[in-house]
Amino acid sequence: MEHAIEMIGITKTFPGVVANDKVTLQVADNEIHALLGENGAGKSTLMSILFGAYNADSGTIRIHGKDVDIKDPNVATELGIGMVHQHFKLVHNYSVTENIVLGMEPRNRFGILNIGQAEKRVAQLSDTYGLQVDPTALVEDITVGAQQRVEILKTLYRNANIIIFDEPTAVLTPQEIDELMQIIRRLKAEGKTIVLITHKLKEIKAVADRCTVLRRGKYIGTVDVEDVSEQQLAEMMVGRAVQFEIEKSPAQIGEVVLSIQNLSVADQNGHVKVRDLSVEVHRGEIVGIAGVDGNGQTELLYGISGLSPVSSGTILLNGEDITHATIRKRIELGLGHIPEDRQKHGLISDFSISENCVLKNYYKAPYSNAYGLLDQTKMAEDAQALIEQFDIRAGQGSRTAAGSLSGGNQQKTIVAREIHLSPHAMLVAQPTRGLDVGAIEYIRQRILAERDKGRAILLISFELDEIMNLCDRIATISKGSIVGIFAQHEVTEREIGMMMAGSKRDGGNG
Amino acid sequence: MKPADTRESFTSRMLSSDGAVSVLVVLLGFLVGTILVALVGKNPLNMYKAIFQSLSGYNIDNGKMNVRYIGETLNYAVPFILCGFSMAFAARAGLFNIGGEGQYIMGLTVAQVIGLLGPNVPGLHWALAIIGAMLIGAACGGIVGILKAKYEVSEVVSTIMLNYVALYLSRIICLQLPGASTYKTANFPETALLSNGFFQAITNNSMLNNGFFLMGLAVVVYWFIMEKTNLGFGLRATGFNREAARCSGIPVVRSIAISMAIAGAFAGLAGGIVALGSFRYGRVLSGMDNYGFNGIAVALVGNNTAIGTMLAGFLFGMLKNAQALMQGKQIPKEITFIIQGLIVVFIALRSAIALYLAWRSKRQLQKEVLAK
Repeated sequence: MEHAIEMIGITKTFPGVVANDKVTLQVADNEIHALLGENGAGKSTLMSILFGAYNADSGTIRIHGKDVDIKDPNVATELGIGMVHQHFKLVHNYSVTENIVLGMEPRNRFGILNIGQAEKRVAQLSDTYGLQVDPTALVEDITVGAQQRVEILKTLYRNANIIIFDEPTAVLTPQEIDELMQIIRRLKAEGKTIVLITHKLKEIKAVADRCTVLRRGKYIGTVDVEDVSEQQLAEMMVGRAVQFEIEKSPAQIGEVVLSIQNLSVADQNGHVKVRDLSVEVHRGEIVGIAGVDGNGQTELLYGISGLSPVSSGTILLNGEDITHATIRKRIELGLGHIPEDRQKHGLISDFSISENCVLKNYYKAPYSNAYGLLDQTKMAEDAQALIEQFDIRAGQGSRTAAGSLSGGNQQKTIVAREIHLSPHAMLVAQPTRGLDVGAIEYIRQRILAERDKGRAILLISFELDEIMNLCDRIATISKGSIVGIFAQHEVTEREIGMMMAGSKRDGGNG
Repeated sequence: MKPADTRESFTSRMLSSDGAVSVLVVLLGFLVGTILVALVGKNPLNMYKAIFQSLSGYNIDNGKMNVRYIGETLNYAVPFILCGFSMAFAARAGLFNIGGEGQYIMGLTVAQVIGLLGPNVPGLHWALAIIGAMLIGAACGGIVGILKAKYEVSEVVSTIMLNYVALYLSRIICLQLPGASTYKTANFPETALLSNGFFQAITNNSMLNNGFFLMGLAVVVYWFIMEKTNLGFGLRATGFNREAARCSGIPVVRSIAISMAIAGAFAGLAGGIVALGSFRYGRVLSGMDNYGFNGIAVALVGNNTAIGTMLAGFLFGMLKNAQALMQGKQIPKEITFIIQGLIVVFIALRSAIALYLAWRSKRQLQKEVLAK
């Protein structure tokens, strides 16, 4: 078999971490090869080495059978390797064509840019590969899916014949994902070799020919996708049997706890991101907000939690108006918050676990006395109890700095703190992003347990699976408004996908 | 914990301790200073003789002992330590207080005003002057804090500006005081002075005074607020991660204003102590005393901790006292400024050391992986 890419015995270390430990990847010419692994398994590092962003400590790379030394991305480009990054690298106020030619603009003999010639070539490429874009449109005016097509065109324009996709579906709606899968098949049909980095098994089953699995920086194996089930792939990825669906008892729904009425919130630049949004969360239920990243979810959370001022509308917690209350007041009234960005909002990484556990109530009994003195013994005791209860793995117990914990243990610390405060309502944002499968299962179970204790939970997630699995009711958000609210069993992933893209479904009442 | 961590070498443990790094940096500063002295053709031994004398009072050259030098070293250290706290306290809350100098000047001015015009009641008089000095320092810092917290005015810019406002305001005020000439006022009444008969007796009439007690108290207060109170907890949280503190309901606007006010109070206290402890008359300042600016370096060397800042302040006090002794031994006194400067420059090594440690652990890991 002719190999387009051979990476043999690649080792790459970072301070304190072995990102790749003698990893081998062999990609046949003109195949779709998936690279599967959990977050932190070393997929992105391996591809960054191939693309020249990092240099390996040891190992050899061969492209089409020839030994190569990929010192920087320019070398990779010359070798015909292109990369579609997870976070697009586009200039928003440039046109599609300008973005595509950026860095290798066609000029005439006087050094003057000849954009017309470039546009022709772009139109031709988009025809050949079925990548529909308007070459003259500004990037800021086109959809996320179209922006991704621009990224793909960028690699094609540079004559790439090996294209690496880094988690390409993270920002797409289910329909856009389908389209992308077709594009990938078309690229293969036109003779390209594709490497698809992902942790989503469905996509691998949908398009990939073969799949290489990495786990904790090590090469686990390469399989023909046809011969294995999703379950088997998952086991290779995680190293043990995994449960996909979590068991859920029917919700015992009570009275309204958190009521959001006609809420509008602007972002820092004054752009209205949440428009006239209303949603109610009852005691004992989980309401999910499904939607593509950037449709107002962050601003909705900021508005409810008090991080951003609200432009109009009201927020009621147990009937009390908290629209303009201070953050501390909201917390005291029983609003919990597991923030989207745990580094920025969730934890103080220089503080110990015990200090992080009391971040919201350190100033009150039993942690402070009437004279404002802290009871550090009590703090450490309670933190130790939480560490045991939530199975937080920490080297030096409650004294461990939060910043030295793994992502999963950081998230467990936040979840432990919020649950320990026993709030009436909880905002939960992206609770499992970037975590390994074990931590994901654990945190989801904890959230369900909180529901069963009678908390009202508002869950925001970009993972549709997570929403479908956990929620009792699902609201879909698009451009800052709720498009429809349905009970979980009344709606399919496809329908939610349609709503994510903005189209309403009839009969929604929640 | 992994076995690799317990086998950690002595050097890496030393290098990962902030205290040890500070000591290392100071030694490095002295080493380079020594080389410089040798390069200009003087005997570095004389420099160390002067330093030894300022520390112990013992003059190696003629075998005479004079404890006054110890008293002066301690007295010089007081404003360095307090101004160090001014910088350090704000730094712990994530702020850069360059206004220590201005806050110090305002404290000094108010102490002089109360010292000359206040009630001549023993005990009460100087206490009132010192409290006044702390309050004005707190006000100067607090204004900056409020501007920063409410209107996002950079505290760096506003404190630098206020330093000049303070200097010239001080001149205007002091020129109105009784007996004011272009550089001094009338003598303070006895009741305003911080002098302490016992200290004078045991240190052969040095200037060491009650300010030393106040400094000791300040060390305890600094440590206590930072480590033991919930106010300190909120301030440290704000300093480490302002957004996370805000998200957790900590009133960061208040935290910032309070921390700048307390920082200002430390510098104001330093001003009051210098005014009434080291001088018998009020001074009409024509330039800055630079204690506030040196406080930045003191806090850097002391790593913003109570004990570290105190020790760093003593070091600076010792160098200042050693200046005159050095000149007597034909060593240019400027060498002390050079050493101070070198120490501050080498403090930047902290991050270099962090990089070095990261590189070393990476190398070790590489070896382990490749050896398999």
